[in-house]
Amino acid sequence: MSWPQPLPILEKLGVSTVKSAGKGVFTGYEVMYGELTFTTTADRIVQALTHLRDADNLKFSILIDLCGADYPEREKRFDVVYHLLSMTKNLRCRVKLQTDEDTAVPSVTSVFPSADWYERETFDMYGVFFEGHPDLRRILTDYGFHGHPLRKDFPMTGYVEVRYDDELKRVVYEPVKSVEWRNWDFLSPWEGAEPGYAPLIPGDEKALPAAKEPGK
Amino acid sequence: MTGANAPAKDSDFFAPEIVGETKVRKFNINFGPQHPAAHGVLRMVLELDGEVVERVDPHIGLLHRGTEKLMEARPYQQTIPYFDRLDYVAPMNQEHAYVIALERLMGVEVPVRGQLIRVLYDEIGRILNHLLNVTTQAMDVGALTPPLWGFEEREKLMGFYERASGARMHANYYRVGGVRQDLPPELVEDIADWCKKVPRVFDDIEKLITGNRIFKQRNVDIGKVTKDEAQAWGFSGVMVRGSGIAWDLRRSQPYACYNEMEFDIPLGVHGDCYDRYLCRMEEMRQSVKIMTQCCERLMKTPGPAISQDNKIAAPKRGEMKRSMEALIHHFKLFTEGYRTPPGEVYAAVEAPKGEFGVYLVSDGTNRPYRCKIRAPSYAFLQAMDWMSRGHMLADVSAILGSLDIVFGEIDR
Repeated sequence: MSWPQPLPILEKLGVSTVKSAGKGVFTGYEVMYGELTFTTTADRIVQALTHLRDADNLKFSILIDLCGADYPEREKRFDVVYHLLSMTKNLRCRVKLQTDEDTAVPSVTSVFPSADWYERETFDMYGVFFEGHPDLRRILTDYGFHGHPLRKDFPMTGYVEVRYDDELKRVVYEPVKSVEWRNWDFLSPWEGAEPGYAPLIPGDEKALPAAKEPGK
Repeated sequence: MTGANAPAKDSDFFAPEIVGETKVRKFNINFGPQHPAAHGVLRMVLELDGEVVERVDPHIGLLHRGTEKLMEARPYQQTIPYFDRLDYVAPMNQEHAYVIALERLMGVEVPVRGQLIRVLYDEIGRILNHLLNVTTQAMDVGALTPPLWGFEEREKLMGFYERASGARMHANYYRVGGVRQDLPPELVEDIADWCKKVPRVFDDIEKLITGNRIFKQRNVDIGKVTKDEAQAWGFSGVMVRGSGIAWDLRRSQPYACYNEMEFDIPLGVHGDCYDRYLCRMEEMRQSVKIMTQCCERLMKTPGPAISQDNKIAAPKRGEMKRSMEALIHHFKLFTEGYRTPPGEVYAAVEAPKGEFGVYLVSDGTNRPYRCKIRAPSYAFLQAMDWMSRGHMLADVSAILGSLDIVFGEIDR
């Protein structure tokens, strides 16, 4: 099949998949930047991925990636994102669901065994729990690490730093002493807020409604 | 069963009344974190029954640098160098995935010459990687000469890296809209020249390894992967092609100008370590073929190697001496950088090891909101457990060698 897939085909595929998967398995779909994204809920994810893997017109046989994303301002702050690939149909798709710190997401290791380490990584980085995972340990961070580093409220410098202590003859952990992380804000204050494009710069909110409704 | 074919009884070996029953004890062995065959800092806890591997538990993360976290705090252009440091054996292939993701978000077109240069350097990266992998795999199973021969060619290729970007390994060469600098014609000629000579080196290496009895004994039928297993475990690249699945992103989901190139995709039959080695050898020859085509076209194709839109690509030094606008563009690009429209994309390239993907979430600012790096060898190493079970301890390093892993990208 050709690549990239034409948008109308992806649209059609999105509609038909949401319909054929059964009621409530997918909560919606979206085609953006030439990519197909399904949304679902945590309790239906196993069903959703099984459908995508087994349906004859899809055959998403490979779980390419599984990762989290943090949106702290949302009520359910985490996204869990699954990327799938169909080699026979030459298709890619993405499945997203939302969860929070306390709600566990069912593990999809039964559908794709390769989800194992990806779920461990997501747990390690974000603290998302996966129910039914065979071995949910930390994977990338240090032994005995505290916190979930990719959360937006985790400081860039971390909490501890390590060094080799020549007197104790071992590696010691100490609270971070180094200078504060310098986070330069280079976003231009002159271009103003283009709708949907850049976040508001302090003060912009006063000008925006006036610009939209000149009568008031 | 009786007679000569009868299975051996305990009493054939020792008289129990003399020796007594011994309890079999399982061994736990730490493979690494510093082990020459671990290809980096990998700690594997092996559970052995005698010399047979029962369980493998790889402990990774010893090289974890928090790339994804660091990227969230920097403008896009300053995050490109992080990609060199992932798979540091073939740096530019990773950059390619990232700039493709950004280009798709921003809708930037790359001029033909820029695409050709990218393909050329992607293939150089592929040869860099395969030369390292094939020869060190031979070293893992006991041969010492192949790495010396392979590294000589790698040295020349890194020379080409240096002449294009100024750095032998961490090139930081690809930019959104093209590449940082155009290639001088002499460099293209030299690369074309190298392409003519190098097949002889491949012949030499193949003469050393391919038919070698020891190499075959150590690799044939070791670490077999079936088609179904390869898909279930999320394999890509040589790991699926070695099992006979005709899947190559350069062909099935082409990017840059790969659809204009002529090349073959070698496939394995048995899915064992030896077939994967053969695939890699043949892929190098195909890469040389692609490079030759690139060089020919580069000599004929003039002109810009990067987009001329100064809102995303930096203006030339010379321009900045005269043009106020160029100066402003330069200042803006190197402070604020460019902003991407909000949205999310996943871009993947066929890196030498397999599918290297970048999942980029943008919130409309000048830095990534979230960037997930999908490294091919992360999926491979995960399979170490079931691939090694039932094999002998010595096969672990053969399997590890043929998985082709690099810890820069596994640990990120």
